[in-house]
Amino acid sequence: MSSQQDASGKKLGMWLFLYTEIILFGGLFVLYAVYFAQYTSDFAEGGKVLDRLYGVVNTVILLFSSFAVAASITAIQKKEKKIALAGLAMAFFCGLIFLIIKYFEWGHKIELGIFPNSEKLVDGPPGQNIFFGLYYIITGLHGIHIVIGMTLLFVSFVFVFKEKVTHNRFTLLENSGLYWHLVDLIWIFIFPLFYLVI
Amino acid sequence: MENKDVLHYFEYQSLFKVLLVLLFFTGITVGVSYLDLGALNVWVALVIASIKGSFVLLFFMHMKYEGRVLVISFLGTIFFLGIMISFTFWDVAFR
Amino acid sequence: MDAVKSFFETPSPANRTGIWAWLLTTDHKRIGLMYLFAILFWFLLAVLLGGLLRLELMFPGETILTAEMYNSTFTLHGVIMIFLFIIPALPAVFGNFFLPIQIGTDDVFFPKLNLMSWYLYMLGGVIAILSLFSDGFPDTGWTFYVPFSISTHTNVSTAVFAAFVLGFASMLTGLNFITTIHRMRHPKMGWMQIPLFTWSLYATSWVQLLATPVISITLVLVVIERFFNVGLFDPSRGGDPILYQHLFWMYSHPAVYIMILPGMGVISEIIPVSSRKSIFGYKAIVASSMAIAVAGSLVWAHHMYTSGMSDTAVFVFSLLTFVVAIPSAIKVFSWVSTLYKGSILMTPPLFLSLCFIYLFSIGGLTGLVVGAVGTDIHVHDTHFVVAHFHFTMFGGTGFAFFAALHYWWPKMFGRMYDFKKAYIGAILLTGGFMFHYVPMFILGMQGMPRRYFDYLPHYATGNFFAGFGAGFMIIGIFLMVINLVLSLKNQRDVSSDPWGGTTLEWQTPSPPPLHNFLTEPVVLAYPYDFTGVVKRYSKEDKGE
Repeated sequence: MSSQQDASGKKLGMWLFLYTEIILFGGLFVLYAVYFAQYTSDFAEGGKVLDRLYGVVNTVILLFSSFAVAASITAIQKKEKKIALAGLAMAFFCGLIFLIIKYFEWGHKIELGIFPNSEKLVDGPPGQNIFFGLYYIITGLHGIHIVIGMTLLFVSFVFVFKEKVTHNRFTLLENSGLYWHLVDLIWIFIFPLFYLVI
Repeated sequence: MENKDVLHYFEYQSLFKVLLVLLFFTGITVGVSYLDLGALNVWVALVIASIKGSFVLLFFMHMKYEGRVLVISFLGTIFFLGIMISFTFWDVAFR
Repeated sequence: MDAVKSFFETPSPANRTGIWAWLLTTDHKRIGLMYLFAILFWFLLAVLLGGLLRLELMFPGETILTAEMYNSTFTLHGVIMIFLFIIPALPAVFGNFFLPIQIGTDDVFFPKLNLMSWYLYMLGGVIAILSLFSDGFPDTGWTFYVPFSISTHTNVSTAVFAAFVLGFASMLTGLNFITTIHRMRHPKMGWMQIPLFTWSLYATSWVQLLATPVISITLVLVVIERFFNVGLFDPSRGGDPILYQHLFWMYSHPAVYIMILPGMGVISEIIPVSSRKSIFGYKAIVASSMAIAVAGSLVWAHHMYTSGMSDTAVFVFSLLTFVVAIPSAIKVFSWVSTLYKGSILMTPPLFLSLCFIYLFSIGGLTGLVVGAVGTDIHVHDTHFVVAHFHFTMFGGTGFAFFAALHYWWPKMFGRMYDFKKAYIGAILLTGGFMFHYVPMFILGMQGMPRRYFDYLPHYATGNFFAGFGAGFMIIGIFLMVINLVLSLKNQRDVSSDPWGGTTLEWQTPSPPPLHNFLTEPVVLAYPYDFTGVVKRYSKEDKGE
């Protein structure tokens, strides 16, 4: 019955799950790649509508949150429970801000009449319809994963608090961290492809 | 299979340095986007994103100190992703 | 043997009783049997649907189904067969039951996740049933091509969601198996001591893990398009419908390797045991299994030659398709070479395995016909394709499933079935199979389209004969299944090793105890070393 104590095995299992997430988003990136090649100028026009500042802020927030989570994993191994909790709380908070900014971004676009199946998109250049369609679907799916990640961070927070996760057994924390980093990793690619298209 | 992991962790300062590197490259990629390099822009952006991603992967996600199984399987996954995208272009690039 | 309590008597967790000892179990063996029960149900249902289709086609014009019903029936037949039977069957039933035993351990790495996978499988089935009602089951074919899957008013979203849930079960099983094989092997079992069935599951698990997410996102996109009409695949909104096909086949082609690899693994177990001889080319089979998994991800667009994609793509994918045929052929050579000069013991599993080799070879060879562009243009979307994939999926995986059932039945239940009835069932099945599907090759070459509820008069004879073949096939299937089930009335008197095997599942009682082994299993340096078996049998000088 070694699986109970096999932290490496649990980590392997988590990485295997992360691979499925990479490929899940990968399918959408296939579509992006093809349509970008086809509608390069329309994508650039679409990119101009997106708020670059929001994009940069969100990017920085997620990078910082990844740092916070990584720090909390270091902290738990150094038996510094308070720092571990602070890191997790910080990352959770960052996720929240990310989602709030996303809410405003989407809201702003919807006000402009830019949303799936809107008149403006349907009557406008097809390349821009595709750009914004992909934008909503990819950032939407990413947002769902932020929520999942935040849930994992929250659970980890509770377990660290209750000392069910300690320097001796912290696989749950480590694996939650891996998930969060992946969500950050995906955004690292989403950001330039949508906000920095020229 | 013996679990012979030497439990390694990064010091806070190291993690912070990685964050600074990531912020630095974020700045670069934003800056480059104001230059008109034509078709090269998207490739530069992807390269920089890959560099940033590698830092997250190697340090925050600890891949630098992981074993063969994880490294090879991760690269295999990226390889498959690469095939998914590139092989589709056998079609769309030659229509 | 009566003194040893099998896993049937010992629930895990220990405090569960009655039905809960099954529904809340974390014992991989019980989970495997729960899958078996459900999978047999879905299989037999889909067989009957297939029978309905062929009955309709036996006579020109409307026979028993309207055109709309026909479309929904072949869609349902395909969806059930592919997502609820062929993809899960071998890994979920025999992988779950035997993978841990073959590597000398007591369970999979994530037993609770394993149980959750079963629930996801059952949930997927329930959702599929739900999609039969109100607006009716989809009429799009199991491939759900756009734009029809987006515009049709049938329950596409629900059905596709069922497939999504089933995909999750498949992915998580792959995840579990990979982790188990990496972390829980008996200390003496290095990679080159792993039995070939387990190796096949390893290769399969990687494909399950990496390819399934592609179909997941593709199906999500179908639902999004149905609800929000984004236009990603709609030319009038800038989209490209062929991209749907690319994404769809990026999973569905590797999926056929998910289907066949474990089947090949089963055959690689049965053939050496039945020849009392080491398998020819163990390493070649290992390498070819991994090669098939990798190469199989490079060829998806050979399903799309006539879709309108570029000539370059057509050429490239056709070339690669011919390459992927090579590792499959290697296995056929290995099996046949193993039989050569072996000491053959004819049993139902061997008989079914031999039928597998024959039928799968025909399937594979006709795959070259569809894989070559010139010939495919002629037979694409005709009954030739239908025959081709039934030879590979049914003659291949289906027969491997039955072979596995007959090979491992005595181990799982401790009872032996009647050989004669098994042979009769298998012969009816195989004979009926040939009678049923060979006419379809001819009809296809003559131009009869697939997925058509009716046809031109000159196709009537072929369809009529095919219908007869279907009848024999279905009788054979039911006879085999009933024969197996009837064996459960017998005494539990099978020894640990009724066939003379060398892999670890034959070192434990039939059925196995809860933790799989009573004594420390002996791991051979080479997994197919039959010297011990041969010695034992020649010394005893008995039949079995």
